[in-house]
Amino acid sequence: MTLANAKPEAQNLEFECDTGNYHTFCPISCVAWLYQKIEDSFFLVIGTKTCGYFLQNAMGVMIFAEPRYAMAELEEGDISAQLNDYAELKRLCDQIKRDRNPSVIVWIGTCTTEIIKMDLEGLAPRLEAEIGIPIVVARANGLDYAFTQGEDTVLAAMAHRCPTSAEVKTEEEKEERNGIQKLLSFGRKKEDGATAATDSEYKDHPNLVLFGSVPDPIVTQMTLELKKQGIKVGGWLPTKRYTELPVLDEGDYVIGMNPFLSRTATTLMRRRKCKLIGAPFPIGPDGTRAWIEKICSVFNIEPQGLEEREAKIWESLEDYLAIIRGKSVYFMGDNLLEISLARFLIRCGMTVPEIGIPYMDKRYQGAELALLEKTCHDMGTALPKIIEKPDNYNQLQRIKATQPDLVITGMAHANPLEARGINTKWSVEFTFAQIHGFTNARDILELVTRPLRRNSSLKDLGWDKLVKEEATV
Amino acid sequence: MKLAYWMYAGPAHIGTLRIASSFKNVHAIMHAPLGDDYFNVMRSMLERERDFTPVTTSIVDRNVLARGSQEKVVDNITRKDQEEHPDLIVLTPTCTSSILQEDLQNFVERANLDAQCDVLLADVNHYRVNELQAADRTLQQIVQYYLDRADRKGERPEGKTEKPSVNIIGFTTLGFHNNHDATELKKLMTDLGIEINAVIPEKASVQDLKNLTRAWFNLVPYREIGPQTAQYLEDRFGMPFVDITPMGIVETARCIRKIQQVVRSQGAEVNYEGFIDEQTRFVSNAAWFSRSIDCQNLTGKKAVVFGDSTHAAAMTKILAREMGIHVVLAGTYCKYDADWFQDQVGEFCDEVLISEDNGAIADKIAKLEPSAIFGTQMERHVGKRLNIPCGVIAAPIHIQNFPVGYRPFLGYEGANQIVDLVYNSFTLGMEDHLLEIFGGHDTKEGITKTMSADSDLTWTKDGLTELNRIPGFVRGKVKRNTEKFARERGVSEISAEVLYAAKEAVGA
Repeated sequence: MTLANAKPEAQNLEFECDTGNYHTFCPISCVAWLYQKIEDSFFLVIGTKTCGYFLQNAMGVMIFAEPRYAMAELEEGDISAQLNDYAELKRLCDQIKRDRNPSVIVWIGTCTTEIIKMDLEGLAPRLEAEIGIPIVVARANGLDYAFTQGEDTVLAAMAHRCPTSAEVKTEEEKEERNGIQKLLSFGRKKEDGATAATDSEYKDHPNLVLFGSVPDPIVTQMTLELKKQGIKVGGWLPTKRYTELPVLDEGDYVIGMNPFLSRTATTLMRRRKCKLIGAPFPIGPDGTRAWIEKICSVFNIEPQGLEEREAKIWESLEDYLAIIRGKSVYFMGDNLLEISLARFLIRCGMTVPEIGIPYMDKRYQGAELALLEKTCHDMGTALPKIIEKPDNYNQLQRIKATQPDLVITGMAHANPLEARGINTKWSVEFTFAQIHGFTNARDILELVTRPLRRNSSLKDLGWDKLVKEEATV
Repeated sequence: MKLAYWMYAGPAHIGTLRIASSFKNVHAIMHAPLGDDYFNVMRSMLERERDFTPVTTSIVDRNVLARGSQEKVVDNITRKDQEEHPDLIVLTPTCTSSILQEDLQNFVERANLDAQCDVLLADVNHYRVNELQAADRTLQQIVQYYLDRADRKGERPEGKTEKPSVNIIGFTTLGFHNNHDATELKKLMTDLGIEINAVIPEKASVQDLKNLTRAWFNLVPYREIGPQTAQYLEDRFGMPFVDITPMGIVETARCIRKIQQVVRSQGAEVNYEGFIDEQTRFVSNAAWFSRSIDCQNLTGKKAVVFGDSTHAAAMTKILAREMGIHVVLAGTYCKYDADWFQDQVGEFCDEVLISEDNGAIADKIAKLEPSAIFGTQMERHVGKRLNIPCGVIAAPIHIQNFPVGYRPFLGYEGANQIVDLVYNSFTLGMEDHLLEIFGGHDTKEGITKTMSADSDLTWTKDGLTELNRIPGFVRGKVKRNTEKFARERGVSEISAEVLYAAKEAVGA
C-alpha cells in the first residue's frame, strides 16, 4: 500500500467490539442521495419487497418525485431459478433504457442476490454489451455493510470506470471531464474579462482527485478552498454526470471527503495505483484545516492564511459554543461519521464518553483518530471509548446510568429517549446536511444545538419525563 | 422479476411485527440482516411512540451464511427473555430467512426449554403473503396457541358472560386511524349495552386470551386483519361473528342490526332500532348532511376511490349511496381478496380496478379526471400532480395520517369525520376551479395592494351588483382583474358588461 506520508501515531484510544445488535439504515439507502448526485444515472435495486419497503418509507416524499431508481423485485420463480436471471434483468433494463435512457445503470446487489449467489458481476458485462449502456455493480447489502458504506461500495465500483488520460483523447472529452474547473473559471472569466488560462494561479503539483459524494455547493466550496492554496482539483469521484467521471492515472493523488470510504480508497490504491493522502476529514473548521494542511504538506506547499481562517470561523460560532460547552454527547453509532463529529464536538468543548460506530477502519481513519486523540489532550478531556458494532440494548443501559446531555441516535430510539427526558439528535440528519468545510461548521452546530435550544425553551413547563414508570428498555 | 417503484402492502414480516408489537409484553425477534429493523423507525416516528418498540433482530451476517445461525437465534431469544421478561417472544422470519431455509422451528423448540416466556415461530412465508395476510395469520396463530394451551391445562373459563359481551378483533399498531376507531367502537358497544370482553391485539395481554370464549360474539371491523381469528373461533368454539364494517351511516346501522340478531339468537331481548334512529337522525350529522344543500351541490360529481378492501369498499358505498356522488372507479390493492371487493362495490361504481401497480391507478385517474380522489398517500401525490384534491382513506400513510386529535372512521362520529373529509376535498377543488376561471392566484401584476380603496375607477350600480354575486373568496381577485382590464382599455366606469368582458378576456 502506498499510503502517502503515513506516519504511525501512538494509539491510546480504547477500542471495543460488541455484539452488533444495533439499529442502522440498510446500505441500499445510498441510492437516495447518489441518484440525485449523479444526474444521468439509474439505480436498480435487485432485491425483495423488504428492500423496497425500506426505501419507500425511508425516502419519504422523494419517492413521489419520480426518482431514477426502481426495485427489480425478486419473485419466487427467481429464487428457485425457474426464471432465468439474465433474461429477466435484460427485460427490465430494456424497459429502463426505453423509459429513462440513462447514461449508466447501477445494479445494487442485496442480501437476497448474495444468498442465492446471483452472479451480477458476471451478468453485467454481457448485458452491457448487448444494450449499450454501462452497468455498474455494487453489492450494498445488509449482510456485509451498514448505511453509508453503501456509497462506498458504489464508488469503489465506479472507480474502475474512471478513464485514464490515455483513453481520453479528444479535446471535447477533456473539456467534459473537467466540469468543475469549467464551472469555476466561468465566473472568473466574466469577472476579469480574460479568456480562461487560470492555470498560472495553481502551483505545480501532481493530479489530485477527491472522492466522496457531497452536495454541489460543497464541491464548489472545497474546490475554491484548495484553489486559495494554489491546489488544483483534478476531478471528483463521483461527478454530476456519469459521463464526466474524472481521469485517473497511475501515481495520481487521491483524498477522501468522508470517513466511510475505505473500500473506495483501497480500490483507488490497489487497482488504480493512486496515492492516498491520509488526513482527518474536512468536518468542522479543525478538520477542514487539518485536511487542507495535509494536502499542502504532501505537495510541499506552504499553507496560506489557514490559521486565521480557522480562528475566524471559531469566533463566528461562539453563540453556539456557549450552549454546548461542558455538555456531554453520546454517539450510539450508525453512519460512520461518528469519529469526525466527536472530534469536532470535543474541540467545541463537549465531552464524549462513548463513540459507537458500525465499522472502524483504523488505517483509513488513522489520521482522524490521531487528531481525535490530540484534540482530547489539547482540551484536557478524557479519551472516549470507541465501540465497534455496538449493542443498542447495552448502550441504553449505559445512557440510563450516565444521563448524557445529548444522545446522537437513530429514529428508532429518539422518541423513546425524549419521553424519558434525554435530549436526542437524529443521526441521519448529519448524512444529509451540508457538514463539510469551513463554511458549514455552523450547520453542524445548528443540528447539535437544536434539541438543547428547543428543550431549554420548554424547560420550565415541568413535563420532561413523559412515561409513567421507568420501564425497562 | 418485477420492476417496481412503489408498493401498497409491505412485506410479510411487517404484518407479524404489527401484531406482536400491538400486544402488551410481547417481543418479536426478527431473523434478518442488519438494517431490516426499519419497522422500529416507522413505529417510533409515525405513531410517535414513547416506548421502545419491542422488536429486535437476530442478525444474519456472513458468518451465519457460512455456518448457519447455530446458537445465535436461541441465545438472542433467551437473552431477551432475561432482559425484558416478555410473556411471549415471536420469532419472525423475513425474506432472507425464507431462502436460507434454516430450521427456525427447531430453534423455537430449543429456546422454549430455556426461556421463561413462551416462544412461537410466526407461520408466514415472505414469498406467498403480504403484510396484511401475515398480520391476519399471526393474530390467529397467537390466539389459537393460547386457547389450545388453556384447554390442555383446563384453564379456559367455561360459559359466557352474564350480559351480552363482545371481543373486538383487529386493531393494530400502524393501522389507519385504528386507535380512534377502537375508542369509537368501544363507545358504541357501551351505548348498545354490550360489555367489552376483550379488544385484541392492541394493548391486550396474551395471558387474557384464554377468556376470549366468554364473549357472546366477535366483531371484526376490518376486512384485512381479524377474519381468520374470528373464523377460527367460530369453527372451534361456535362463536358467531359480525364482519360488517360500521363505516358510514348505512353500514353502521347494518352492523348494529346484525349484532342485534346475533345477541337475540342467544336469548337476550334487545332492540336497537330506536338507538339507530336517534343516532342517525339527531346525534350524527352525516344523515342530515346528505340532505342539506351543500351535499346537493356534490350530486353527480365524479370521484375515484382506491385503498385497502375495507376502506375503499366502505368509502365507495358512502359516496354513492349516502352522498349521491358518482364513483367512476373503485379499486383496491388487496388482490388476494378481489372477489369480495367486486361483490361489495359492483353496484356502486362504473368500474372496478384490482391492482398493486401504482402506475395503473395513476393512469386511470389521469384519464377519468375526477373532481376528487379518495385514496392512499400515493394517490394524494397523483392528485397533486394532476391538480385534483385527494382525501386519504387508507394505508400506506404518512405521519400526518396519525393525527393527535380524535379522528375515527368507524361508527357515528366516524361518519361525521368522513363528511368533513369528503366535503373539504370537494370544496377545495371547487375553490381552485373558481380561482382558475377568474384569473388564478397570480397577483404579481396587481394594480393596488388594497382590496377596494382609492381606485380611480367607478363601479356602476349594476356592476357592483354583479360583483357581489361572485363568491366571497374570489371576489377581491375578480375585482382586481376587472379593474386592471378596464384600465388597460381606458374604461373609467365599470358596468356589468365590463365585468363579464373582463372575465371572458381573462378566460381567453
